[in-house]
Amino acid sequence: MAFIDYYKILGISKTATVKEIKTAYRKLARKYHPDLNPENKEAEIKFKEINEANEVLSDPENRKKYDKYGKDWKHGEAYDTAQQQSRQTHHRTGNQDFSNDEYSDFFESMFGGRRPSYNQGRSPKYKGQDYNAELKLNLKDVYTSQQQVLTVNGKKIRLSIPAGIENGQVIKIKGKGGEGMNGGPNGDLYIKFTVDNHTQFKREGNNLYSNIDLDLYTSILGGEITIDTFNGAVKLNIKPETKNESKVKLKGKGFPVYKKEGAFGDLIITYHIQIPTNLNEKEIELFKELQKIKTK
Amino acid sequence: MTKKPLISTQILCSHYNIEISFVDALNKMGLIEIEIIKQEQFVHQDQISDLERIIRLHHELNVNLEGIDVVFNLLEKERKLRNELNALKNRLRLYENE
Repeated sequence: MAFIDYYKILGISKTATVKEIKTAYRKLARKYHPDLNPENKEAEIKFKEINEANEVLSDPENRKKYDKYGKDWKHGEAYDTAQQQSRQTHHRTGNQDFSNDEYSDFFESMFGGRRPSYNQGRSPKYKGQDYNAELKLNLKDVYTSQQQVLTVNGKKIRLSIPAGIENGQVIKIKGKGGEGMNGGPNGDLYIKFTVDNHTQFKREGNNLYSNIDLDLYTSILGGEITIDTFNGAVKLNIKPETKNESKVKLKGKGFPVYKKEGAFGDLIITYHIQIPTNLNEKEIELFKELQKIKTK
Repeated sequence: MTKKPLISTQILCSHYNIEISFVDALNKMGLIEIEIIKQEQFVHQDQISDLERIIRLHHELNVNLEGIDVVFNLLEKERKLRNELNALKNRLRLYENE
């Protein structure tokens, strides 16, 4: 346990007045306050140090004791036995809000690990900083649930990503943000998902949409075609006289519903009828024949 | 009918030991939004963490409201930059693991 030079921490001389201590403390507090330094562990430590220095030096009784024993603090235990006992009593009666991490071992040893009386009641507990992270995935990745390991601020976080997560969806992982201060709760981790779609399917919620080109003859006479769905090919019967841009719904062939196992959206197919081009003479003749029949 | 998660400014003032004029000033500065329902003022629960930060900055560091506004804007910029950095690091990690 090392001696802590509180004067050095506040950057003041040993003869500093109360006003000078206050000014120095305020200046440093403005620099290292946790609200102004989110996710900055070094600033958090520094803020604790300057708080501790201020607690000691701005209290005349504590400052006197600190100045008297200073580096010889180990021998100062007999400083005031009665005071020590009174402190221990205070400790036993339980100041529940007190966090032992709040002060250094040096402070605890010298002042009994309690908040000086003048400062009681002002016990700022800070919730840790909320962290934000972004995770890019492909649409194919989020068709099934999967595990990922994310590194946020040097910490590895194992993540289960349920199938069907939406583009832009944010999930909150409680307590995985910055560490709380003075016994405050940890912050939360917010992960925003960006889902890139490089497939032929358009996704809207749980439904998928796909355009299928249909040749003129199949659209008129009907037939059977094979189309791709997200999880494999399926055969489709085309009704005779199928119109351009008509739609069919394949129930349950869409995207998984988020956090509902076994539930899927639909796949909506739109037929685009392809007019034949580069016709040969025979074809033109036959179409003319058809035209004659139709106009009779 | 769903209940809105609103908290009366009177309750907030008594809980945080602040004046109602302070909450009004924050509202005028655009630092928090107040909703008025049946002539009573309310603050949405999502704004409570901001309110707590404002109180700490104001009382512990003597930052005036204009200063807090500047601080919040700069912190928001910093947050966006941090997010961008995190996203880039994650993306880089994905490539590195390939």
